[in-house]
Amino acid sequence: MTNVKTRQLSVNGVKRTVDAPANETLLETLRRIGAVEVKCGCEKGDCGACAVLLDGEAVDSCLTLTGTVGERAITTVKGLGGAENPHPLQTAFADLGAAQCGYCTPGMIIATQSLLTNDTDTPDEADIRLALSGNLCRCTGYTKIYDAVLDGARAMREAEAAK
Amino acid sequence: MNKMDSAVPGEQNVSYRQIGKPRTRIDSPGKVFGKTPYAGDYVMPNMLHAKVLRSKLPSARMTRLDVSKARDLPGVACVLTYKDLKIGTVATDIPAQTGFRRRDTDQQILVDEIVRYQGEPIALVAAESVEIAEHALSLIEVELEPVPGVYDVFEAQKPDAPKVFGDDNIVASYKVRKGDVEAGFAAAETIVENTFRTQYIEHAFLEPEVGLGWEDEQGVINIRTSTQAVETFRYIADAIGIPHSKVRIRGALVGGGFGGKCDVTVELYIALLTLKTGRPVRLGYTREDSFYGHGKRHPFIISHKTGFAKDGRITASKIDITSESGPYAFMSPYVLMYATEAGPGPYLVDNVHIDSRSVATNNMYTSAFRGFGATQACIAYEQQMDEAAKVLGMDPIELRRINLLKTGDAIATGFEVQSAVWTEECMDRAWAALGEKPKDEGAIRYGHGIAAYQQGYGRMIWLHDTAEGWVGVEMDGTVVVRSGMTDIGAGQTSSLAQIAGELLGVDMMDITVYNSDSSTTPLAGTSSATRGLYMSGNAVRNAATAVRNRLAARAAQHFGVADSDIDFADSRVFVASDREKSLPFKELIATCASEGIHRSELAIFRAPFGDWIDPETGQGQVHPDYTYGAHAVQVAVDTETGEVTILKSVGAHDVGQCVNIAAVEGQIEGGVAQGHGYALSEELIYKDGCLVTPSLSEYLCPTSMDSPRIECIILESRSGLGPFGAKGIGEPGHTPAASAVANAVADAIGARVHDFPLTPEKIARAVSATRDNG
Repeated sequence: MTNVKTRQLSVNGVKRTVDAPANETLLETLRRIGAVEVKCGCEKGDCGACAVLLDGEAVDSCLTLTGTVGERAITTVKGLGGAENPHPLQTAFADLGAAQCGYCTPGMIIATQSLLTNDTDTPDEADIRLALSGNLCRCTGYTKIYDAVLDGARAMREAEAAK
Repeated sequence: MNKMDSAVPGEQNVSYRQIGKPRTRIDSPGKVFGKTPYAGDYVMPNMLHAKVLRSKLPSARMTRLDVSKARDLPGVACVLTYKDLKIGTVATDIPAQTGFRRRDTDQQILVDEIVRYQGEPIALVAAESVEIAEHALSLIEVELEPVPGVYDVFEAQKPDAPKVFGDDNIVASYKVRKGDVEAGFAAAETIVENTFRTQYIEHAFLEPEVGLGWEDEQGVINIRTSTQAVETFRYIADAIGIPHSKVRIRGALVGGGFGGKCDVTVELYIALLTLKTGRPVRLGYTREDSFYGHGKRHPFIISHKTGFAKDGRITASKIDITSESGPYAFMSPYVLMYATEAGPGPYLVDNVHIDSRSVATNNMYTSAFRGFGATQACIAYEQQMDEAAKVLGMDPIELRRINLLKTGDAIATGFEVQSAVWTEECMDRAWAALGEKPKDEGAIRYGHGIAAYQQGYGRMIWLHDTAEGWVGVEMDGTVVVRSGMTDIGAGQTSSLAQIAGELLGVDMMDITVYNSDSSTTPLAGTSSATRGLYMSGNAVRNAATAVRNRLAARAAQHFGVADSDIDFADSRVFVASDREKSLPFKELIATCASEGIHRSELAIFRAPFGDWIDPETGQGQVHPDYTYGAHAVQVAVDTETGEVTILKSVGAHDVGQCVNIAAVEGQIEGGVAQGHGYALSEELIYKDGCLVTPSLSEYLCPTSMDSPRIECIILESRSGLGPFGAKGIGEPGHTPAASAVANAVADAIGARVHDFPLTPEKIARAVSATRDNG
């Protein structure tokens, strides 16, 4: 291991100090420090299972070198919510059967969050299909994922309106 | 939108509190919150990292293997070659479940001299880091001398072909002789002949193979792995030379399987390295390893010669089936059996003649894939039906209607199906759901396609399939289920919770299911063969019923009523005829506990047992029962580019009884998307045995851009052999989808592409051929 540098990362709002080699990807770093909810499917940017948010924008962590992250906030699916404070997308994915084997689910939810916060909060099916085109799912045929994105988006708008 | 049918005489009044409802699965919260640990998420102190060295050639003789430099590399704990193995081979049969094991079907674990496929493992390395393990692989000196291989199933059957398997390259062969096929053809008005080919395809589960092994205080080799079958512990024990009781496979929730995680892969290498080093060992396949490292779906070549009477009735069906097994047997004989049994499809044919064989080559070995040969059979018989309709000048729906099997009719093997056969209703409803076909616009042509099917569920009856399940009630009234069944993402464990919950009146979310552990959960067999719900659902139903009966007897005594007047719901026990009389469930449990009344049960479910079908005639029973249904597709084809867009895709299936309707829809929708990819884009391309598509950017699974919303029409005949009358749906949802796409494309362009997948190039060529001929 050469060129190991100590870096500060912000993972789900928590500052983490990591020693990362220059050639280490963010996927490798995150899984090494215990953020194993970030899934490894191909390490080539083909499947999207490893997607995380960097300052709110979805990226494939397998194509991102840890050394290039800088001060940007890293958010994984765990950072969006949990059993005590579920994110509307998590509730929709669970209740509508959009998670089958669940291995693509963290990346799918991250890609959806990026769509809804950066592009449109009222997506139609074409928007959803385009936004999720970098995230492979082999179990669901995507139908229930489309349902969950529409339902989660509606719940997010309602939560926003209630503020 | 989904439509439900449950109008079956005698069963109309059955109503359930949890069964059949679209409940959130018990495994869903963990998955959406990122809390579910998959097999690859486990680590241990002092853990080593493993890598596999694979052959780059598909057919070769190993003339030199020197691992000394790799062994000397600092940080390398262990390098294993064939010389280090106590036993050099591992079984490739159905995972050691029934004690039955075919002879002469073992595979070498590591190459000792002859390489038979590209990617065959040569050496295993365990090191302090993945990087060191990879470096060590590069230091292993291997010399491979190419030897002539065979890469085509017809070449492989020639007398002078290189021998890959046995003395004739035939891994298995079957025949079916029913009625008098020559008389049937003589009586035919029209005879239609076609040959259809299907391709190698990849499971492409999102989670590549992975596992972690360690030795425990009793000397047991524990392996936490992503598998469809914990029963592989027996084959692993046999292969490493220790007692069965000294290997423990512990599953995790599986990141997709589709048949591709039934065979032994990483777990054997982990066991060998753990045994050798005495340290925990983790082996995680890369995506590329996964492409090279597990068996694929069989390519098939299927020829149909079908005779039709003037009214469209089938008078005779002669079918020739060839599948490609690659160099090792694995599931090839069984897959061929499924394809043979399913040969003529869901049609009543009195005169049937089938010859089938599975042929060894030096292309990648093939094994289980959702549908298990019945899918390839469907691709042939359903395209044949549409081609016949065209020749006969009949409507494809009407031609099918005339010939469809009904309850009590004999299938190709002579077995008379006893459950509901609602294929016709499924076909009509799927077809109607497509609506009007749009008018062609310029180069864009629209097509509608239908495909009906028959798919067995449960194991072939000569495998004497059983499953065990355990149900117990805790002191606070919550419930525990134990089942060795693996959960590959279809909601297997959740369904068991729903079944136990229905019978004990406890909400499924208050039920914990321990599963997939070969030493602490009762063995239940693989999650494959559409047998999970059928077998383990029945086992858990039997166990929960026994517990319920004992608790009901005690409650009946308390209330002074008959046992049959006791009902369980909402964690309370009621007198059904006077619901004011009730107790909290946990109070009843406390009473039972203080009196020593047994609050748990281990039950077994046995599928029907039988003998092999007659080897000369192919007559007899193969499966316990069958699922029937149909799929309809609307496509738009750009005749200039050959590009296909799927606009509508509708699956209609009689599932017997839904346990969780959302999970049933999920099985259908996911199976359909795999069918779309099978028909249009997915292909593992081997050039002289070498894979040229070893990544997900070259091997094209459907993305969201390729995938329309899929519609499910679910019928419930309550006539199946599963719990509450369920039939299986894990494979059946997939079985007809690709055929329907092919028929829709042919309808759109007015020509048939006989070779899968229907790529834009092939379609454009077929379109231009029709123009040249026109």
